[in-house]
Amino acid sequence: MVRRTTKASAQNPKRSARAAARTKPARRALVLVATRKGAWLFHGDAARRTWRADGPHFLGHIVNHLVLDPRDGRTLLAAAKTGHLGPTVFCSTDFGRTWKEATKPPAFAKAADGSGRSVDHTFWLTPAHANEPNVWYAGTSPQGLFRSDDGGITWAPFSYINDDPTYREWMGTVQDGTPDGPKLHSIIIDPRDPKHLYFGMSGGGVHESLDGGKTFAPLIKGMQVVEGFDASVVTFHDPHCVRMCPSNPDRLYQQNHCGIYRLDRPDNEWVRIGRAMPKKVGDIGFTMVVHPRDDNTAWVLPMDGQTVWPRTSPDGKPSVYVTRNGGKTWHRLDAGLPQQQAWWTIKRQAMSVDARDPVGLYFGTTSGELWMSRDGGAKWACFARNLPEIYAVEAAELA
Amino acid sequence: MKVLIPTPLRSYTQHAWVEAGGATLAEVLKDLDRQYPGIRFRMINEQDQMRRHVRFFVNGDAVFDLLLPLKPTDELCIVQALSGG
Repeated sequence: MVRRTTKASAQNPKRSARAAARTKPARRALVLVATRKGAWLFHGDAARRTWRADGPHFLGHIVNHLVLDPRDGRTLLAAAKTGHLGPTVFCSTDFGRTWKEATKPPAFAKAADGSGRSVDHTFWLTPAHANEPNVWYAGTSPQGLFRSDDGGITWAPFSYINDDPTYREWMGTVQDGTPDGPKLHSIIIDPRDPKHLYFGMSGGGVHESLDGGKTFAPLIKGMQVVEGFDASVVTFHDPHCVRMCPSNPDRLYQQNHCGIYRLDRPDNEWVRIGRAMPKKVGDIGFTMVVHPRDDNTAWVLPMDGQTVWPRTSPDGKPSVYVTRNGGKTWHRLDAGLPQQQAWWTIKRQAMSVDARDPVGLYFGTTSGELWMSRDGGAKWACFARNLPEIYAVEAAELA
Repeated sequence: MKVLIPTPLRSYTQHAWVEAGGATLAEVLKDLDRQYPGIRFRMINEQDQMRRHVRFFVNGDAVFDLLLPLKPTDELCIVQALSGG
């Protein structure tokens, strides 16, 4: 048996990875859910069939993101605020039994002339490179980039972009952003190089650094903007969610306000792969996830972008769409999902993928339902409902 | 002076009424943060401005100036102005 696996590994790395996944000891699934009124941890069994809800944590807090550190498998960070208090970050190393608040949450530098900005909420949390334990990055609203070197307890502005006049112009005003404030999101670290970073801004485009944040440059070529606006102006670009393929860090996917895109580095021009989506469905949406082992496979959850842009499931019939060839074709995956009168909105952080084989997919709706598929989207089932408005869903695994 | 803490901030103090000292409202808030780390930033942003839904009352009068002089016998009430759902 061992010999056969070794031989398979030499001949077909993907088959070998699948075989290895099947023979690994069972791990417990964990789904982290951030909502407008608190956070929940859903503990699943090894087969991902039964789930135990642990929560609410921070009831009444607006929790924009709840993330487990894959480097130690036990540190949780939650980006939280209430509707009436300033923003903060909470940390736990015992899966939420106890929480410790950041002593210095993300905050902009104070401006002597009164022109300084104030962080309304931390929106996005990303653990840094595997070789940088305890380092985290945070994106805020309004757009700001921050870094913690001590596991989320103290945060400082990272890079020059928060106060750079050009970047401030690209960030636009509060009125240019999303309804609850413009955001910096999709902070991505190249697993091959901790100095190679990407982030997105709504609004303000996609940006890349090759020198650990000393400099950033826009990466917007090929991305489209709303009709009537000039696509060469960085401010007008609104990437909703950018993902890097774990199996091929040179491949990025993006769900944008104006379409679905793919970018294969070192090329710097995004290709609108959403053109291949069915015309009646379109390629507008918020979230997108990528396969952990196959860079040709990605999933989106389309939203209605016609007329006044309802951003609900097109025709009231929700569906995930998958591409298995890098965006050349798309297939509808709606088995088990409501077939009519389901006017869902799924936000940019509210879909996640696990690393199992077959892959598990998870998403949460603004109407408080959690759905999952144990087979890459072929069949769907609801595993929690009646939660508050869901902002973020993150799948993780526990040893 | 005596300071009344609103319920959303009692996770810091564990008590409704606490003692804090200072010659101005800014100093009292700084002293509160010394005793209960993190509490000030929930009320005052990084530009030293009062957050939108936080109000301060000294002896029953609304205060909007962090540099307002205070006496040890004054009573400070911190209020959350709830809005929305």
